[in-house]
Amino acid sequence: MRIKKNIAISDSGFVFNPTTGDSYSMNRIGRQILDYLREGNTLEEIKPRMTEEYDVDEASFEKYYFDFLSMLRQFELLDEKNED
Amino acid sequence: MEKKPFERPFIKKLQAGMPSKFGMKSMTEPITHIDDIPVSEIIADYGSPVYVLSEKTIRDQFKKAKHAFTTRYPKVQFAWSYKTNYLDAVCRIFHQEGSWAEVVSGFEYDKALQNGVKGSQIIFNGPAKTDEELKKAIDNDSLIHIDHFDEMYAIIAISENSEKRPKVAIRVNMDTGIYPMWDRFGFNYESGDAWDAINRIMVNEKLDLVGLHAHIGTYMFSAGSYKIAAGKLADLAYGIERKYGVNIKYIDVGGGFASQNTLKGAYYPGSDTTPSFDEYAEAISSALLNSQINPRNLPTLILETGRALIDDAGYLLGTVIANKRLSSGNRATIVDVGVNLLFTSFWYEHEVYPAAPVSEHMEETTIFGPLCMNIDVIRDAIAFPLLKKGDHFVIKRIGAYNMTQWMQFITLRPNVVLTGTDGKVHLIRKQEHMDLIRQQEVIPGHLK
Ligand SMILES: Cc1ncc(COP(=O)(O)O)c(C=O)c1O
Repeated sequence: MRIKKNIAISDSGFVFNPTTGDSYSMNRIGRQILDYLREGNTLEEIKPRMTEEYDVDEASFEKYYFDFLSMLRQFELLDEKNED
Repeated sequence: MEKKPFERPFIKKLQAGMPSKFGMKSMTEPITHIDDIPVSEIIADYGSPVYVLSEKTIRDQFKKAKHAFTTRYPKVQFAWSYKTNYLDAVCRIFHQEGSWAEVVSGFEYDKALQNGVKGSQIIFNGPAKTDEELKKAIDNDSLIHIDHFDEMYAIIAISENSEKRPKVAIRVNMDTGIYPMWDRFGFNYESGDAWDAINRIMVNEKLDLVGLHAHIGTYMFSAGSYKIAAGKLADLAYGIERKYGVNIKYIDVGGGFASQNTLKGAYYPGSDTTPSFDEYAEAISSALLNSQINPRNLPTLILETGRALIDDAGYLLGTVIANKRLSSGNRATIVDVGVNLLFTSFWYEHEVYPAAPVSEHMEETTIFGPLCMNIDVIRDAIAFPLLKKGDHFVIKRIGAYNMTQWMQFITLRPNVVLTGTDGKVHLIRKQEHMDLIRQQEVIPGHLK
């Protein structure tokens, strides 16, 4: 799962989609996951890091992760064509 | 190393220039304690969901209301409206504060007696009193507020075989500028029905007309309506004084003051629009004091305030069961509190707060109850913090009507606790259990 390449993310967690002109705000955890995704990490790579850092078990994290992805998909921020 | 708290990841589209109704009130400020008792502790001890009533808030609200009226009018008496919340512990707090009882059924009447209220301090309202109930009220010198002529003749018939002189008032309905006008209870002022009723009582030798009563509606957000109502009742009292030389002992303006809850569809929150007790008191007292009634014989002012005295003292604590996303992409949160426990969610946009600190991020969320029924919606599309499964929340201002109009529907009713002025938590109504429900049922022999 990849984030569209032209999406801009500011340090403070604002996201700008130049194709649509829409902007978005995220909470800290959303921001962190988005960063991992942009670096090309997969769920299997992200999960241990997050459960290590935060008070959350793997199953719960996975649930919230997929929920977050569905939001990104709905906002058309995912690059679904170049799925790897 | 201790791990950081986890919040569910969240992204939200920013809409420039869209005025947000939700901007008015932030619900990210948690309610972690009620009267210094941790919400988490109450849930750990008494389960979830659980109703909580604050004794301190009840007493404070009562004192505030009483002060507003007694500083403006010389003779004031409150009568606790049982239907608003008739848990015995609640009624007893009001009675300790000096309230009489206002009841509308035989069941409520008996409850008031069992709470130690003197018969002569029970106001018996309602359109459906049985002959037996009327007889009991007459024997106890209670104040019977007559709703219709059939009731008046029933009282006259009972009085013919009784030593007692029934003490009666009539309920009057009237135009106070509020639409819709409540004209189904009592006798109409404008049509002359009210005078008709008064004349028939006055010529009867057994009945004592002691009062005049109106209850113009509930959640009346205009103090001006009370000025009109009190003025019209004062007019009747003055007319009776002139025509019969009789001084009416009390004028009862009923209940109906709005609480600070926000009505569905209202643009501004109730906390900004609800008149204060002082405004209601000013409207009513000035109407009575400026009336033609002889100031040496001013009637007692009775108030049957319900909702405005108890709403703020009630909280409903619950737990998030699940989060899901609807096909529209909108967030849905399922909680363990259904409309069966929160009847007032049909009228109000209740404020729902997290029970522990959360980040400032909010997501537009619809909060659904657990009932597996489409109507089971606690709040539609509110800006809500990112609560997870198992997180607790607090619904505020639910003290009025929910603990009487609740339903044993699909689930059983939970515990009700009182945070006492002694600093302790007291169980005041035990959660229901299967045996209690089943013991009422009878299985016919051929189905055993
Ligand atoms: C006769 C009467 N008095 C008092 C009340 C209490 O009203 P509220 O809770 O609006 O103050 C009611 C409620 O319907 C009522 O019917």
